[in-house]
Amino acid sequence: MKDTVHAARPGGGRGGILDREGALAKLLIAPAVLYIVAMIGAPFVLAVLYSLSDATTGDPSLHLVGFRNFAAVLEDPVFRLALRNTFVFTLLSQSIVIVLSRILANALLKPFRGKWLVRFLILLPWTAPISLGTIGWLWMFDSIFSPIDWVLRYLGLLGTATGLLGPQTNMYWLGVPGLAMASVIIVNVWRILPLATVIQLGGLSSIPKDLIEAAEVDGASPWRRTLMITIPLTLPIVSIAFLFGIVFTFTDLVVVYVLTRGGPVQSTQVLSSWTFFKGIEAGDLAQGAAISLFMFPVLAVVAILILRMARRTEVV
Amino acid sequence: MGRVEIRSVSKKFGEVRVVDHVDLATNEGEFLVLLGPSGCGKTTLLRMIAGIEIPTEGDFVIDGRVVTDLPPRLRNIAMVFQSYALYPHMTVYRNIAFPLRARGVDEGTVRKKVEWAAGMFKIERLLDRKPRELSGGERQRVALARAMVREPSVFLLDEPLSNLDALLRTSAREELRQFQRRIGVTTIYVTHDQVEAMGLGDRIVVMSQGKVRQVGTPLDIYQHPADTFVATFVGSPPMNLLEHDGILLGFRPETFLPADAVEGSEGVATYPFEITYLEYLGAERLVYGDVGEKSHARHVVSRLPGSLNLPLEAGKTYPFAVARRDLRRFDPKSGLALPGETA
Repeated sequence: MKDTVHAARPGGGRGGILDREGALAKLLIAPAVLYIVAMIGAPFVLAVLYSLSDATTGDPSLHLVGFRNFAAVLEDPVFRLALRNTFVFTLLSQSIVIVLSRILANALLKPFRGKWLVRFLILLPWTAPISLGTIGWLWMFDSIFSPIDWVLRYLGLLGTATGLLGPQTNMYWLGVPGLAMASVIIVNVWRILPLATVIQLGGLSSIPKDLIEAAEVDGASPWRRTLMITIPLTLPIVSIAFLFGIVFTFTDLVVVYVLTRGGPVQSTQVLSSWTFFKGIEAGDLAQGAAISLFMFPVLAVVAILILRMARRTEVV
Repeated sequence: MGRVEIRSVSKKFGEVRVVDHVDLATNEGEFLVLLGPSGCGKTTLLRMIAGIEIPTEGDFVIDGRVVTDLPPRLRNIAMVFQSYALYPHMTVYRNIAFPLRARGVDEGTVRKKVEWAAGMFKIERLLDRKPRELSGGERQRVALARAMVREPSVFLLDEPLSNLDALLRTSAREELRQFQRRIGVTTIYVTHDQVEAMGLGDRIVVMSQGKVRQVGTPLDIYQHPADTFVATFVGSPPMNLLEHDGILLGFRPETFLPADAVEGSEGVATYPFEITYLEYLGAERLVYGDVGEKSHARHVVSRLPGSLNLPLEAGKTYPFAVARRDLRRFDPKSGLALPGETA
């Protein structure tokens, strides 16, 4: 008799841990909490403490000195340039990404032969390590052997007396301030585009086909359908893609570090690279921490916006 | 205004012919119902009339104009989708105004027309709500209002009642019919529900496997089915089919009654009816059983009015009969109705 009761209740009479939802929830959530405390909470607290101290890489002991570091950082013209560059770099590349990913997603929505391969190729930059991809781009932008320049010369745009881009044989992509910023933006767009495309594709294919057909029957032209139906309906998810892109770009160090190291003459210096150069390479941990904390308000606002957008997509 | 002609239209998806050489024309102001089981091509046919789907062969003519190559917005048709397809991000007002604004109607007229359409379907108080805040019945009204607001020449409906619960469906059916009478717009209505088809249609088009099986009034379809498919698809329970002397005899369950209750000036056909099972449904009784001995198609149903208080028992045999004028004859091979009504 006892045996049959047990057989009917797998996991024992009172139920194991899997049956007690409260305890199970705590158990399952524990790794996430641990991760956030160890990898995000602790470094953040440390950064705040460092920014209020005079710590260096040679002497990382905590000796609090008040807001001196923030004052020094704000007076530094390189910091102000880096702050401006960060916004230019982030907003420009994200705007380009949104437009391009929309076009790509629209193209990928249509059925065609080899669609799988094209999707795979488009996703590839996202799967490759950023530093590796950027090193590849370093060659693309090389001052002498740049394949881009080679194509431009072949087209007669460069290196001839009448060339649209000038008589010189090379563009010196990473050696001219404006072009260097353009190069950094191009590489960043190349890197973020796959993710944004996949998100846009998800957004587009989540619109019920009925709605588009109803709009067609209701007399809406293709333009009107895009403006009144497709864009409003994908806005929440596109906003999320946009905000995530901002976070990735705003905090990105690798592209700038590998391509230009912030040069020429600080024209591509951004907050994250400046933090690294100041705090790690120059050894001034305190000022580096102070610089990095200037990113915090922007990222906090973006994070709040992401959460609000996520809620909106749940409701619709 | 509002005459749709379908000229030898076919539609293939890959190798499958979903709609197979359909010829059909509506009368002006008519309520035409496309009836058939799922997969019979009725919805595809409707979508081709709307212009959402392009036919593989054939032409569509609306009010004398060939519209086969025109996009939906140039056809002046309105359609209500099975899902209603309300724009979720717009209020009810903006949903109904959408077709007008797409045509560049000025805002004053838009307001007047939206209010007219909302009044017609009694949804004035919902104009500021979003679709997700509406009940199923309210959504259906909004979808109807959005379709009607532009006064189309043809009104297409794709199973608009199938998402409503049973109680609401009956009242919605009645409302829809009255409303169509009042407006007088040619309406093509797709459904797989024969009760809806019988109740709504001026004429019914019965379809199966992409082909039109019969076009006729509800009475025609019910009384004189063109073939065994129509005979067994329309009516619940379906028409009984009995093999007899190399042909199929068909008769409706309600005409197959105890021999005493049947009278026919043209005579009656009497059969020994061996009852296997009885169902009491309140207003009526369904009696299942077998007739005759040799033929394999001998299972028949009788539908007795609840008022006919006769003691019947499963396992026993009773004499049942059909009036000869209620017998229909079908070719057992082709399934087509044979001329000469009685057997």
